Amino acid sequence: MDTEPRFFETNGPGTGGVVGQPLNRVDGHDKVTGKARYSAEFPQQGLVYGVLKGSEIAKGKIQSIDTTAAMKEPGVLAVLTHQNLPKLAKTPNSPEGKKAIGAPMGFLPLTSDTVHYAGQPVALVVADTFERATHAASLVRVQYAAEKPLASYQDPKAELFNPEKVQDGKTDGFTRRGDARAALAAAPVKHTATYTHAINHHNPMEPGSTTAVWEAPDRLTVYESTQGITRTQKSLATMLGLPLEQVRVVTKYLGGGFGCKGSSWPHTVLTVQAAKAVNRPVKLVLTRQQMFTGMGHREDQTQTLQIGATREGKLLALVHEKTSTTSPWDNYAEPNSRIINLLYACPTFESSYKLARANVMTSTFTRAPGEAPGSFAIECSMDDIASQLGIDPLEIRLRNYAEKDPTNGKPWSSKSLKQCYARGAELFGWSKRNPQNGATRDGKYLVGYGMATASYPVHNSQGTARVRLYADGHAVVQSGATDLGTGTYTVMTQVAADTLGLTPDKVRFELGDSRLPTAPNSGGSVAGGTVSSSVYVAAQEVWQKLKKLAIADKKSPLYRAKLEDVVVEKNRMVLKTNKQKGEDFMALMKRNEMSDIEGTGNGKYGAGYESGLAAGGADSGHQDDMAGHSMHSFGAHFCEVRVDAEFGTVRVTRWVSVHAAGRILNAKTARSQIIGGSIFGIGAALMEETFRDPNFARYTNASLGEYHIPVNADIPEMTVEFIEEHDPYINAMGVKGIGEISMVGVSAAVANAVFHATGKRVRDLPITPDKVMGAMAV
Amino acid sequence: MNNFSYTTATTAKEATGARKNSVQSAFIAGGTTLLDLMKLNVEQHPQLVDINMVPFKGISETTDGLRIGALERMSDVGENLLVVQQFPAISEALLLSASPQLRNMASIGGNLMQRTRCSYFRDTAFPCNKRNPGSGCPAQTGDNRGLAILGGSAACIATNPGDMAVALVALDAVVLLENSKGKQRRVPLLDFHLLPGTTPQRETVLEPDELIVAVTVPAAAHARKSHYVKVRDRASYAFALVSAAVGLDVQGGQIRSARLAMGSVGTKPWRALEAEKLLVGKPATEASFQLAAAVAVRGASPREHNRFKVDMVQKAIVRAFQEIAA
Ligand SMILES: Cc1cc2nc3c(=O)[nH]c(=O)nc-3n(C[C@H](O)[C@H](O)[C@H](O)COP(=O)(O)OP(=O)(O)OC[C@H]3O[C@@H](n4cnc5c(N)ncnc54)[C@H](O)[C@@H]3O)c2cc1C
Ligand code: SF4
Repeated sequence: MDTEPRFFETNGPGTGGVVGQPLNRVDGHDKVTGKARYSAEFPQQGLVYGVLKGSEIAKGKIQSIDTTAAMKEPGVLAVLTHQNLPKLAKTPNSPEGKKAIGAPMGFLPLTSDTVHYAGQPVALVVADTFERATHAASLVRVQYAAEKPLASYQDPKAELFNPEKVQDGKTDGFTRRGDARAALAAAPVKHTATYTHAINHHNPMEPGSTTAVWEAPDRLTVYESTQGITRTQKSLATMLGLPLEQVRVVTKYLGGGFGCKGSSWPHTVLTVQAAKAVNRPVKLVLTRQQMFTGMGHREDQTQTLQIGATREGKLLALVHEKTSTTSPWDNYAEPNSRIINLLYACPTFESSYKLARANVMTSTFTRAPGEAPGSFAIECSMDDIASQLGIDPLEIRLRNYAEKDPTNGKPWSSKSLKQCYARGAELFGWSKRNPQNGATRDGKYLVGYGMATASYPVHNSQGTARVRLYADGHAVVQSGATDLGTGTYTVMTQVAADTLGLTPDKVRFELGDSRLPTAPNSGGSVAGGTVSSSVYVAAQEVWQKLKKLAIADKKSPLYRAKLEDVVVEKNRMVLKTNKQKGEDFMALMKRNEMSDIEGTGNGKYGAGYESGLAAGGADSGHQDDMAGHSMHSFGAHFCEVRVDAEFGTVRVTRWVSVHAAGRILNAKTARSQIIGGSIFGIGAALMEETFRDPNFARYTNASLGEYHIPVNADIPEMTVEFIEEHDPYINAMGVKGIGEISMVGVSAAVANAVFHATGKRVRDLPITPDKVMGAMAV
Repeated sequence: MNNFSYTTATTAKEATGARKNSVQSAFIAGGTTLLDLMKLNVEQHPQLVDINMVPFKGISETTDGLRIGALERMSDVGENLLVVQQFPAISEALLLSASPQLRNMASIGGNLMQRTRCSYFRDTAFPCNKRNPGSGCPAQTGDNRGLAILGGSAACIATNPGDMAVALVALDAVVLLENSKGKQRRVPLLDFHLLPGTTPQRETVLEPDELIVAVTVPAAAHARKSHYVKVRDRASYAFALVSAAVGLDVQGGQIRSARLAMGSVGTKPWRALEAEKLLVGKPATEASFQLAAAVAVRGASPREHNRFKVDMVQKAIVRAFQEIAA
C-alpha cells in the first residue's frame, strides 16, 4: 500500500467527483414503493407474534401472575413470565454481566419478581396473530405488593449522591481544571443560572422490533431494529452463551433511532427466548406507549452554571453542576460538562454530577447526549452575560474563541467556527439585530434574534469494509453498518464509485447484516467517517492487487513498470510519467480470466489511522488523535422567533445553520441531516416533554397525540450551509460526522431569540406558552 | 382491544334498536376517537353499530338558521360556504381542530361526544373516577396542565377538549336527539353536557338508546360576526390550551348582544352568560372586553399546573372580541 494516497482527495487519482454531490438516495425508490424491508417486515415460515404486558405499578414485588384466562384464548401459544422464561447463560443483572453483555440496563425484566419501573415487562404473550396476543396480554392478571415509588430527583425524598463515573463509566463524576471556585470568587463579573430540562423521548417513526428465528437449536437469526448490529450480536451471544458466529443480526432499513436503538434492550432477548419456548419464529414490535419505557429516554435534569468573566466578557471561570434522575441500578447521566469545558477559551473549569435513584428505566443516549442540554446551559449564560455587558452575542463568542482545545491545550485537527459564524451571520442578516431586548414589535408579535454555537467531538471508532470488483465493471461493496434513514447507502455508494473509478449506478452498497465485515454502531456520528474510510481503504487494496497483476502481465502496457510508478486515474492504471500508457481494470481482468477481485479495508479514526495506531476501540469516547490533535466539528445556528405578546406562543420564523464537519459526502443528505437535527432541537426547545406522575412514577403522555413534536407548521424554510474542511488527521476520508452536531445549540438559539424578543429568560425546557406568558407578566 | 361484533344500521331505528338490546354496544361514526379508546381498553364494547349509512346528512339553511346533520364530516362543515359566511366561529373552530385526515373522517355527532384527553383517563393502569368510578382522581395532584379550572369537582376536573362545541354553545346551538321509539327531543347544547359532580362517568344527557340526529344554530347578527381563537402548544394539530368563541352585534359603537364561550377551561364547553349580559349596552372597547373576561373566569379554581389558564383565557377572550370589533 506504500505508494497509495492515504487521504481521499476530491479530484485526486481514482476519483470521479461523485463524493460531495447531492446524489439522490439510492434507496429512495425502494422506500417509496414499499420494496425496502424494515426489520419487522421479513416474512417467516410459521411466524407467531409476541406482545409484552407492562407493569401497572412502578415499584414492588409480583406476588402472583394468573395466566389462565390468557392461555384459554384461541391461538395463544405461551405466556412467559419470570417463572418460566427459558434460562439465559448470562444476564445483565450484575455489574460483570452488564459489562460482558454491553447492555444499557443493569437489569433484565422477567428474571425476577421485582418491579423497578412502571411499564416494566412482566409477561410476554405469544399467539398466532398480533391481535390475539394483544388481547390475551390484557387478560394476564398480576397481583403486586406495591410500594410507594420515587419519580425523580425532584422528589423531596430523593437521596442525591455523587457518582464516581456517569454514562456507563465513560465520564468522570467530578472534573477540575485549575481552581475555578477561586477564579469565580475573584471575577469582576459573575453570572449564576439554573436550567432544567424535561424528559425527552426519541420517538423514531419506526418502533423497536425483533423477529427471532432459531435456525437450529444453537443458531439464531434476529431481524432487529437497531443502530448497532455488532453490539446486538455480541450482547445476544453473551446472554445466550453462543459463539458470535452463531448469532446473525440483520437490519436493512431503519426508520430513525436517535440513540434509542444504539443498544440492545430487554425486548430483544425476551423475544429470542419466546421463540425458543414456542419453537417458532416470533416477531415482537413495541407499541408506541411501550417505546416510552422500552428503549430509554433523555433524563430529567437540572444544571447550575456559574460563570466568572472580565468586564470585557472574557471567561475566567466555569463551575457546572448537574443533578438528574437515574434508574435503581445504573449510574447514567448525559455528559453535559463535556461541551461546557470545551466550547470557549477559559482558564478554569469544574464540573460535578449528582444523581438520584428513582423508579424509572435507565436513560440513554439521545441525539447529542450531553452536548444538547449542556450547550443549552452555556449558550444561554453566554447570551445573558453579553446582554448584561452590552456586547453583541456573536462578539462575546469571538472574544472567547478557543484557538486550542481548552481542556488539554492540544491544537485542533481543524476548526472553522469563525467562518461558520461569519457566513451564518451574513445569511441571516445578524447585523440588523436590534441591540435592545424586547424592543422589536410587529403587530401582536415580539420579534427576536438568537444564535448559539454548536460543537461535537469526533469519537474514535473503527470498522471494516469489503470491496468486490467485477471484470464487467460493476462492484459490490459491503460493510455491516446500518442506515438510520440518513443516507448511509447513498454516501457509501458515492465513496465506492469515486475510489473505484465507476459511476454510482455500477456500484451496489450492502449493509445491515452481521455476516458482512464488522462496522461500528451508527451513533455518536461515527458511521459516516468510519465506514467511508473503510470503503476507501478496501478500494485501495483492490487497486494494489490490480497493479501487481498488471506489472506482472506480459500483455499489459504496464508490464515491468515499478509499482510506485503506477497510479490510478478513474478506472485506469497508468504510468505516473506517461498517463497515455496504461489500461483499465476490465481489460486487465478479462485477459487474466478473472471474474472478480476483492479487497478489504479497515477504517480508523485519528492520525494514527494510517498505521493502525488509532487509540481506543469503537466508541471508546476518546476524541484525540495519536498525533496530538483534538478532533471536533463546529457550527452555528441563527434563529428568528415571533412571540405572541399576550399568549407567549413562540414560533420559529427563520433559521440558518452553518456547520464545518470535515468533508461533506453528499450535499443533499447532509443538508437533510442538519434540518432534521435542528427540528429535533426546536422540538426540545419548545414542546417536547414527557410528564412522569410524581405519585405513580408513570408517564402520563406516552403517545404521539399528547407528546408534542413539531409539525410542518412549526418549522420555517431552513437555510443550511457547510464550510468544507480538508482535515487529513481525522480519517482517510476526512469526515467528522454530522448526525449529532445538528441539534447542539439549537435549544439555546431558540431560547436566546425568545430572550431577545421579550427581554425575559426562560431557563426551563420546553419553553411553552404558559412559561413565556408567566415570564412576561413579571 | 376486546373481540366485538359489527353491524351496519341504515336507519335510525335499526341503530337505536341495536343499542337498546345491548347497552354495552356503541355507535361508530368516524371512529377516530372510539377506536383509540377501545385500543387502550378504556372502552370495551361487545358490539359496534356502524351508523354511517343512516341518512343524518345535510348542511342546510332553515327558516331560523342552520341545520347540520350529525353525520356530516368536520371538514365538510368547516368549509361549507353558509357556515363560513353566517357562522364563522363554527367554521374556524372546526378547521383549527385535529388534522385534515381526522377532520375528513370525524363526524359532528362524534365530535360532540368526544371524551376528555385527561391522561389518567386514557391509561387503565391509573385510577380514574370517570373510567372507574370511586377509584380516585390522580389528576388533582398530578398532570393537570390541560385540565379544567371551572366546573370541576373533587371527583373530576377533566375538560371537554373539543373546539366545535365551544363555538356551538356560544351561538345557542340545539341538539336534536331521537330514541329507539322514534321519539325526538331538542336539547340546548348548553344542557347537553353534564358537570362531573360526584358522577364524572356521566358526561351527557344522551340516553343509551338515543342518537344525535342533527345540530341547529339560530341565525343572528352576533353569529355572523363571530370568531374563534385557539391557543395551543404547537402551530397545528394540538388540543387547545385555552380557546374562546365570541359573537358580537355592535351598532354605533354600542354592543347590542354578545356571545362568549370558553374551551379547555371548563369541565364542559363553558358559556359565560354573566359576562355576555355585562357587555350589553357597553361600548365595544378593550376595557369592556377585559371586564367581561374577568367576570368569565370568576370562581375559577386552578390546580398546580393549570394556573396559567386563568390569565391566558382572559387574553384569548379579549383578543377574540378585539379582532371582530376592529
Ligand atoms: C390525534 C387527535 C387529535 C384531535 N384533535 C382535536 C382538536 O384539536 N379539536 C377537537 O375538537 N377535536 C380533536 N380531536 C377529536 C376529534 O374531533 C374526534 O375524534 C372526532 O370529532 C370524533 O368523531 P367521530 O365521528 O370519529 O366519532 P367516533 O369515534 O365514531 O365516535 C365517538 C363517540 O361518539 C358516539 N357517537 C358518534 N356519533 C354519534 C351520534 N350521531 N349519536 C350519538 N352518539 C354518537 C360514538 O358512539 C362514540 O362514543 C382529535 C382527535 C385525535 C385522535
Ligand atoms: S380528572 Fe377526571 S378523567 Fe382525569 S383522572 Fe380525574 S376523574 Fe379521571
